[in-house]
Amino acid sequence: MNSKILKTLWLVAFAVGLFSVAARFFLGKDLAAYNSYIPWGLWVSVYIYFVGMSAGAFLLSTAVYVFKIQRLEPIGKLSLLVALATLAGALVTIFMDLGRPFRFWKVYASPSATSMMTLMIWLYTSYIVLLVVQIRLAMRADLVAASGRPGWFAAVARLLAGKEAPTPARLEKDRHLLGIIGIVGIPLTLSFSGGVGALFGVVGARPYWNSALMPLLFISGALASGAALVAVAFTLFREDRESAIFRDLTLLLANVVLGFLSLYVIFEWAEFSIHLYAAVPAEANAVRLVLFGPFWWVFWLVHIGLGVLVPLAILAPVANRTDPSKVALAAGLIAFTFLAVRVNIVVPGLALEELHGLKNAYSDARLNFNYFPNLWEWGVTAFSYSLVALLFYVGCKNLPLLGPGAGTREGGAR
Amino acid sequence: MSDGALSKRAFLKQVLVGVTGGAALPTVARAASDGAPAPKEIVPPQAVNENHILRMMKDVTRALAKPIEKRRWGMVIDLKKCVGCSACTINCATENALPPGVVYRPVLEEQLGTYPNVGRRFVPRPCMQCEEPPCTKVCPVGATFKRPDGITAIDYDQCIGCRYCLTACPYSSRTSDFGDFFTQGVGLDPKNLQPYEKRDTLEYHEKRNRAKHDSPVGNARKCTFCIHRIENGMLPSCVSTCIGHATMFGDLDDPKSLVAELSGSPRAMRLREEIGTKPKVLYLV
Repeated sequence: MNSKILKTLWLVAFAVGLFSVAARFFLGKDLAAYNSYIPWGLWVSVYIYFVGMSAGAFLLSTAVYVFKIQRLEPIGKLSLLVALATLAGALVTIFMDLGRPFRFWKVYASPSATSMMTLMIWLYTSYIVLLVVQIRLAMRADLVAASGRPGWFAAVARLLAGKEAPTPARLEKDRHLLGIIGIVGIPLTLSFSGGVGALFGVVGARPYWNSALMPLLFISGALASGAALVAVAFTLFREDRESAIFRDLTLLLANVVLGFLSLYVIFEWAEFSIHLYAAVPAEANAVRLVLFGPFWWVFWLVHIGLGVLVPLAILAPVANRTDPSKVALAAGLIAFTFLAVRVNIVVPGLALEELHGLKNAYSDARLNFNYFPNLWEWGVTAFSYSLVALLFYVGCKNLPLLGPGAGTREGGAR
Repeated sequence: MSDGALSKRAFLKQVLVGVTGGAALPTVARAASDGAPAPKEIVPPQAVNENHILRMMKDVTRALAKPIEKRRWGMVIDLKKCVGCSACTINCATENALPPGVVYRPVLEEQLGTYPNVGRRFVPRPCMQCEEPPCTKVCPVGATFKRPDGITAIDYDQCIGCRYCLTACPYSSRTSDFGDFFTQGVGLDPKNLQPYEKRDTLEYHEKRNRAKHDSPVGNARKCTFCIHRIENGMLPSCVSTCIGHATMFGDLDDPKSLVAELSGSPRAMRLREEIGTKPKVLYLV
């Protein structure tokens, strides 16, 4: 892809994002369109979108480091980088969403053990530590090499891995440790991606969320969107596009993405069809809102159309699954439109009156059940996307993740 | 006049001020006609005809004499008496200096039936002060909690503004303070806030000023049953403003209190009882 277009796009997104972030902090009031009746909107959706991707990408890396699936080796380190970049995007977005963001430290200083949110915070704090350790172990040789080169990244690399080149014995030990930490990482990552689902699922006041299927929807969604993003990164940016490894992995990734997407759609079907068949108003009305409400197109056109049917159509012929452009397009559509899935979890759960008559009881822009993100929210979201892209770019630029033979023993990186 | 006999004047006085009530009247009349000694002081059943406001203030005073953990503040709202004037909503907003978008006690309106058999129902909705509040356990930093007297409170200095509690409340009783002011966006210089917007809030006995964008800006906010008033012997502002005496307040654990008496009514019900939050706001339907 034309890198000049990509860089221009990134620059625009970053500039708009930076302006929106500045406005968010310096104007003294919350500029977002969410309100007291729909208190979570686009930013919470973006947060769970990126957190899911991070978890999915990390779980994909465990296929390499825990389950030792050698065919996936070239994407092991790439997956870890995607996991780190998307996690950063998630945390930045949720930081913006807080009413008093600079009190975030209180979640560590005075946590409440009864809150799912506290549990989540502790889980993904552990996950961050684990991810950084995994990156150090998986990329020690690459980081040490980068620490000797000029530029600011050398300092980061030195901080992560030191200056001393690892011995073969050290590398073997690292590989062993990667497997062990990966084993710890699997339940941890499943807990935190499922835990985000539980964060919604435990809210008894919201029948649309209050479902035991919610954690499973989040885990399957994480796998589908995370794998899709890794597939996009791999098929778009990998340099040795003519190699057998590339062709083989393109096919494998396409199959993996299709499998995870199908799993998500099955869970989604189960959730929606049961609510609709039972027709208990509190639950069914929220599903009807998703399917036939004013934002029906978010579900039918963006999610089902662009996010499921078009990718399925593209990837149905086996020949297309070895074509990197087609796999990139299909996986890109899945990854990009998954935000619609996240928005359709967050907002419809809140968009119905809890008590009849609430809508007209008090007139104020902050007390209504109509929500569509405003430009400020899209602006901050652009910042989060550009941050994820920047971290990914910096990682790929300074570490041999996409070059010929990258990620394989033959390639020398591991 | 002998001590044992009730004078005509005293009798008429009791009837006129409406203090004696139906139950006491026959007793007095019988005592006068039988010539038997009547009690020195006739104490009527409390619920009958005593001014509700005075009685509730006595209830509050009595409750305040108890240790805080022995109090259980509650509210009873008689829907037959509510005329939907929204005086409670407005007085609550002025009492607590609420900004735009923050409301503690809206009045829900519902039209019932079809013409010609139509009616309107008004349901004031303060915080339900649940016995099992789902909003407190979701807070990641323990900023919102149930006090020993049963009122669910918010520590504004602890709240991080995640709004999880807003999603968890089954009654939409919590709103977020997004930092808005009434004079913003209406052509006035936002730097020149009107004096009423610069007033200190007194919730939880704390003086706070939103004009500096400090807490409670960015925090969740909710009805407190006017803790700052009741702990000074006053009634919550919505109770003292109600023109129809539709809202009653007091200590549900004091059997002599008006609210405890009314809570035993077969008309009493709670909103969304099926979700097990056990609200301490009861409605007489």
